[in-house]
Amino acid sequence: MNHASGQQTGNLPDINQRNADWYIDKIVQYLVFLSGISAIILIVGIFIFVTIEGFGFLLEDFSFREFFLSPWWEPTDDDEPTYGILALMAGTASVTGLAMLVAIPFSLGSAIYVAEFATGKTRETLKVLIELLAAIPSVVWGFIGLSIMNPLIIDLFDVPVGLNILNAGVILGLMAAPIMTSICEDALKAVPDRYREAAEALGGTRWQVIYKTVLPAAKNGLLGGVLLGVGRGFGETMAVLMATGHAINMPSSVFDSVRALTATIAAELGETAVGSPHYQALFTIGIFLFTITFIINLTADLIVRGIRKS
Amino acid sequence: MVSTAEDMASVQQHRDSAVKLEVRDVAIRYGSTTAISGINLDVRKNEIFGIIGPANAGKTSFLKALNRMNDFDNAMSVDGEILFEGTNISDVRNVYALRNRIGVVFPLPVGLPLTIYENVAFVPRLRGIRDKAELDVIVERCLTRSALWDEVKDRLDSLGSLLSGGQQQRLTIARALSQEPELLMLDEFSIAVDPVTTMRIEDVLKELKPEMSIILVTNLVQQARRLADRTAFFLDGECVEIGDTEALFTGQVEDSRTTDYIEGRFG
Repeated sequence: MNHASGQQTGNLPDINQRNADWYIDKIVQYLVFLSGISAIILIVGIFIFVTIEGFGFLLEDFSFREFFLSPWWEPTDDDEPTYGILALMAGTASVTGLAMLVAIPFSLGSAIYVAEFATGKTRETLKVLIELLAAIPSVVWGFIGLSIMNPLIIDLFDVPVGLNILNAGVILGLMAAPIMTSICEDALKAVPDRYREAAEALGGTRWQVIYKTVLPAAKNGLLGGVLLGVGRGFGETMAVLMATGHAINMPSSVFDSVRALTATIAAELGETAVGSPHYQALFTIGIFLFTITFIINLTADLIVRGIRKS
Repeated sequence: MVSTAEDMASVQQHRDSAVKLEVRDVAIRYGSTTAISGINLDVRKNEIFGIIGPANAGKTSFLKALNRMNDFDNAMSVDGEILFEGTNISDVRNVYALRNRIGVVFPLPVGLPLTIYENVAFVPRLRGIRDKAELDVIVERCLTRSALWDEVKDRLDSLGSLLSGGQQQRLTIARALSQEPELLMLDEFSIAVDPVTTMRIEDVLKELKPEMSIILVTNLVQQARRLADRTAFFLDGECVEIGDTEALFTGQVEDSRTTDYIEGRFG
């Protein structure tokens, strides 16, 4: 390959010859491209898989009325199996709702403290701790629900069972709060300091400046953070499975045990015959969950993007 | 803090005297760097006090110290005494009330992310005015005085940040006027404003003079000459001299650097 004359150092490449560098470059380009689009491939793949697995049920046993409006989830009934997810939806919704009641004030408060009041070391330490809190595995939270919250609720409220909406809602709220805090804090930090200075120069107290200027300016990001928290609550499985009591029930108070959509799939899928109506019905729940979380996350993302632009 | 009868008497004396603001041996430091030091000056009632000087002379830092905007900037420390109506501002018990009485206009207009109406109604609302009719009157009066009313009266509900640069600056002046300030500080207000608007704002300032003290920091020496009764020349963190504007501009100076700057030989 050396076409160079005597004085020339190194190999001059032939313009018509593809060498190792050329091939390495091509290979790297394809590898990076594959990693880049893997997220899309995976999402679409999962969606197709879940849909195919649940398709038989959708075609044969599925009844819109029964599925969404019946509270009876009795897929193993020998005579007449029913596949109603109303109670499961009520379980998921009530737990997520209570979780948001816990998480929103908590995360907004800590985001405001970290972004607006804390300085120097306090701020850095808090930020690291909040990230750390977000990384606690959900099974650990579930364990706390089972072994700490459960007896606590029985003692405090004098109820027979401590595994209920209250327990799961609080656990889920504490779980979702760190990630919500992180995003809300980013949104507050994105508000330019000149707004704060201007409002301070007008004689606003720190709370007036935050309440009247910073929060309105950051509202899109804050809303995005809250929605991501909702998405997290909706999709959470393990902690909810452990803390709700996992009993099919149309709840009438926070002390009722319930069962969540996600937990139902996790608990039952391993015990069904592949391809049976029960198996396929669980996948139909999967399609439903997938659609809902997709919509929530997409909305949150669009809202957060909205602030970045403006 | 005003506690004894003697103090009360001295405060009363200051109310009657012609001096609004006294600055004694003020030095401002950022960490170990001194931004400005040895500043002694008085701002009288109903005068426009000009401050001129090249960039980095410490003019903006000085203004920040006057309404204690340094409180939230940990790096910035202020030594010396600043007396507002005879009270040392580092002793005032309600810094928000102090800032409320001092209006500030920044170099680049900062329209709060609110509507035009709410920008001007911000301070009246902070002061507890809820009545819509009363707010309407204040908003119209302030916008009229800042020569903006005619241009925005039909779109008071649109965002203040959508106005042009010159209009936004007049909006911030309207906002400062809504404070009914006793002291109005303008920091190079014309930096982002076209010449026509600049002249209109200058006319507004002349009209305001009978009601308040105005500190005008400016890069344009001719603007100081047009407006200021007295002018201070800041250079490299010190106050070179203070004098009647007309005297300084006609060469009656104590320090030749002042004339050099005014005539554009440096800076």
